[in-house]
Amino acid sequence: MADMSTLINAAPEEGAVNESRHEFDAKARTQGQIVLRRFLRHKLAMASVGVLVLLVLIAFIGPLFMSYSYDDTSSGPYLRPSGEHLLGTTQVGKDMLALLMRGTQYSLQIALIVAVVSTLIGVVFGSVAGYLRGATETVLMRVVDLLMIVPQIAVAAILVKGLSGSWTTVAIVLALFGWMSIARITRGETLSLSQREFVEAARALGASTPQIIFRHLVPNMIGSITVNATLSCATAVLAEAALSFIGLGVQLPDTSLGVVVQENYTQLITRPWLFWGPFLVIVLISLAINFIGDGLRDAFDPRQTKVRA
Amino acid sequence: MIRYTIRRVLISIPILVVGTFLAFIMVASAGDPLAELRAKPGVTEEDVHNLSVALGLDQPVLVRYWHWVTNFVQGDWGTSVALGQARADVYTVVTDSFFVTLRLVVGAEILALVLGMAVGVLAAVKQYSIFDYAATSVAFLMFSMPVFCVAVVLKDYGIQLNNVLTSMGMDRWLTTAGPPSGGFSGNVGEVIFKYTGTFLLPTVSLMLISFAAYSRFQRSSMLETLHSDYVRTARAKGISSARVTFRHAFRNALIPVVTLFSFNAGSVLTGAIITETVFGWNGMGKLLVNAVRQFDPNMLMGWLVVTATLVVVFNLVADLLYGVLDPRIRLG
Repeated sequence: MADMSTLINAAPEEGAVNESRHEFDAKARTQGQIVLRRFLRHKLAMASVGVLVLLVLIAFIGPLFMSYSYDDTSSGPYLRPSGEHLLGTTQVGKDMLALLMRGTQYSLQIALIVAVVSTLIGVVFGSVAGYLRGATETVLMRVVDLLMIVPQIAVAAILVKGLSGSWTTVAIVLALFGWMSIARITRGETLSLSQREFVEAARALGASTPQIIFRHLVPNMIGSITVNATLSCATAVLAEAALSFIGLGVQLPDTSLGVVVQENYTQLITRPWLFWGPFLVIVLISLAINFIGDGLRDAFDPRQTKVRA
Repeated sequence: MIRYTIRRVLISIPILVVGTFLAFIMVASAGDPLAELRAKPGVTEEDVHNLSVALGLDQPVLVRYWHWVTNFVQGDWGTSVALGQARADVYTVVTDSFFVTLRLVVGAEILALVLGMAVGVLAAVKQYSIFDYAATSVAFLMFSMPVFCVAVVLKDYGIQLNNVLTSMGMDRWLTTAGPPSGGFSGNVGEVIFKYTGTFLLPTVSLMLISFAAYSRFQRSSMLETLHSDYVRTARAKGISSARVTFRHAFRNALIPVVTLFSFNAGSVLTGAIITETVFGWNGMGKLLVNAVRQFDPNMLMGWLVVTATLVVVFNLVADLLYGVLDPRIRLG
């Protein structure tokens, strides 16, 4: 047994052949490195990362450099854009740019909470159902069916109105009714993965069910999980905006991009900047997130050959 | 397939029943339908109490659910308890709004499907062409756009167009505040003029969103069939390019798109809620917004049951269609 290495080294291919082979040897890269390299070379995705980082910086650090706070109503109503107020002021005299930064902060926070919470619930639900099969699967998937029969926006509207219109409530409600598609995708993938040899090997070695699910199955699905988490971020931004637009989402004093649009959309013709500002920010955020998702999908795709890994 | 259908319908019933129970608890605990009345000046605590006894609101939730569900299966959907609704009959209100929404949604969805399929097929056949890139960009933009913004922009520029028309001495064309009650009158030209004017803007804003999804879906499924072996075989046999594209590739590429169309019911309803709010249609969307604002329990339950049933039925249709279109899939 101790001679395994010498046996391999003594193989007849050694020598001149081996030397020329070394010329073309690639450095070994882990799966994570390969994916990262592919992603970094995806131009559109990288540009989107740049846009998103810029938006985050403006939203969270920008207010420090503003001379007006988002709730400062001391300026006159409906001032036109000027050096003082870059995007003018609203009906109650709030500075639009400051309001936009504040709204972007909240919208991004909501999107992040929704993505993290719904992904966690969805992955646990889907992988447990897919691995355990049988009665557990039936019960869990019926719960998914049950939650999917009513549009998310309707349930969210009722619950947000009943609980409170704070941004955390909106985020949690959207997350609690937005994880079902992730659960379905995860279950599907678990079903096929759990037939593979490495799962059987883990089971033969005495791994417990949670170990198999969370140490062996979930890491192998990281690609689709990441992509779907990203996409649910974009969906959350739009869902929050829609909910706030019909007046049943985030309520003042909390704000969000949806609230900013809702308060100013009537000014589209007379004071277009009050409408196009928040509108463009929403589109920019969700477009950037969608492109990042697309880049991640390509990066995780093993069939992807455009970029040498 | 009949057995499969029956089994699916039987599975759906307990889901709907449990769903109504959970929905009822959610609606009942979300808020007080009499809050608006309570806040009115001159209303005493006793008035509110008497009314809540008369409406059965003082009873425990389980008892109320039992009352509601037994009445519901007998066709009595209850009455509205909100102020200013004059105890409106829920069944009439919900079905009326449902047909208003249906008129709007059906046209928009058919348009979206036809346009989406056409653009998707063309983009796949001419992959990586300028048209493909343009279609992809538009679809991505539509995905990332909030529905209400599209609707608001269309509405306000529609009003502008109307103003231009009236300033030129013509009639207003585009209606931006809901369809007229009682249909359209006049000669054929006038009816067409009024009909398109009423439906154009809400239909377009509803259509654009679904269109993005359909065109992307059609493109990817068309690409998959175009690259499959049997298409290559057909080409090798010398069948004309158009025939291969449409008889061999397109027909098979339709399967996932048609299923998406059926699965889409929920998101179409969401779109309708927003579009109706902007354009002032008294459909399901407006009904939901008002009922939520007033915590009107019976109205909300009526709304939820109708939408839930719709979604369940469309999901069943999607599964059945899948089996019909693709004989390899055995439903059992």
